[in-house]
Amino acid sequence: MSGVRVLVGTRKGAFILTSDGARTRWEVSGPHFGGWEIYHVKGSPADPNRLYASQSSGWFGQQIQRSNDGGRTWTPVGNAFVYDGVPGTHQWYDGTPHPWEFKRVWHLEPSPADPDVVYAGVEDAALFVSKDGGQHWQEVAGLRGHGSGASWQPGAGGLCLHTIILDPGRPDRLFVAISAAGAFRTDDAGTTWKPINRGLRSQYIPVPDAEVGHCVHRIVMHRSRPGVLFMQKHWDVMRSDDAGESWREVSGNLPTDFGFAMGVHAHEPETVYVVPIKSDSEHYPPDGRLRVYRSRSGGNEWEPLTKGLPQRDCYVNVLRGAMSVDALDACGIYFGTTGGQVYASADSGDSWSPIAEHLPPVLSVEVQTLP
Amino acid sequence: MIRVVLPAHLRTLAQTSDEVTLDLCGTVTLGGVLDALELRHPVLRGAIRDRATQRRRPFVRFFACERDLSHDPPDTALPEAVATGAEPFYIVGAIAGG
Repeated sequence: MSGVRVLVGTRKGAFILTSDGARTRWEVSGPHFGGWEIYHVKGSPADPNRLYASQSSGWFGQQIQRSNDGGRTWTPVGNAFVYDGVPGTHQWYDGTPHPWEFKRVWHLEPSPADPDVVYAGVEDAALFVSKDGGQHWQEVAGLRGHGSGASWQPGAGGLCLHTIILDPGRPDRLFVAISAAGAFRTDDAGTTWKPINRGLRSQYIPVPDAEVGHCVHRIVMHRSRPGVLFMQKHWDVMRSDDAGESWREVSGNLPTDFGFAMGVHAHEPETVYVVPIKSDSEHYPPDGRLRVYRSRSGGNEWEPLTKGLPQRDCYVNVLRGAMSVDALDACGIYFGTTGGQVYASADSGDSWSPIAEHLPPVLSVEVQTLP
Repeated sequence: MIRVVLPAHLRTLAQTSDEVTLDLCGTVTLGGVLDALELRHPVLRGAIRDRATQRRRPFVRFFACERDLSHDPPDTALPEAVATGAEPFYIVGAIAGG
């Protein structure tokens, strides 16, 4: 029987939750790297037992950990993230120039074909790649070098490259998203990049429809339709049908279109999930009710999913990396909260139950569907 | 023999316990001890000093013989008691909450 492994990154360590395909009984291992911030843990599609974890600390900096046995044992690998050439400056919060400084790795994206190839999205925003299992890292410098880098400005969480999507049908095409610069795409394996933000409007920048400067929180793609992207922006839920060349708003009837996390159903490319959050200064669900919203029409028409979720006095947040899906039938949806709960639905979101309840604040959730 | 005491998280990272002992020749300097420590335990590169600038990370402190050496330059000679192993060299994670 197939199984599921849920990789949870938290403020104070990583946890691994495993279950068989029934998804009713869960075993929790961890904390791994207790006391460290684990921004992201992700498995290789080419070898599910190959995991990468971003381990960081305000005291002791960045480590990358690698496992070859599904997270039972770990080995620290390379942590030298050195910007290419003279890194120059980006904008600080007040618009003044600020030197580019490496702070941490937000996102690790292993190649679908080679377990030794993995991309890292870092703060201050840049893309790195390792081709030797994380031992050595090289900046994909065309991204920062494409021309707008000096105008990028951090969001409240920092100037972070937090989303990396590899096009399953075109190995040379990658998408990344940066807060608060926007979305970017390369079609030549990282040599050249273009901003893909046409159609986004953001009232918090001087030119609301500027080419860059948008606080994109998350982008998701269904692997069967790599030209269709869904985006949770700071405010606004957006959709692109042309690989990011243009975007249109699909917030529709959401109670608020602010939020962070987003997911797409494993078998239904038009079924999308978001977790509406009240506002950018009130990072909790509206009315104290934790609701996932599902659209089965690719946006605009949304239904609240509440069964099994707290519907009173709930003031947690669900961060941008903290939602994922499995590939079982029916599709499982998972998300973690800043209150330390991890909720799972084994029926595409119709009903939910906590599979871990008292973890440190959850930063990221990734799911592996095991054979 | 130089005795280096690491904070708990770095002991875990380096898979070592108690003190790390290092043998250095010639004048024992602050930078020399850190270089030798990172040579013995490469995983500590970047955890004590910034990898790019080699500057002490902001929340890391260096103490020895009841003195704060955190702001001393790398070529500072460590106290004789540290150089002889009578006293340890402490690498400390600053009290910073969280």
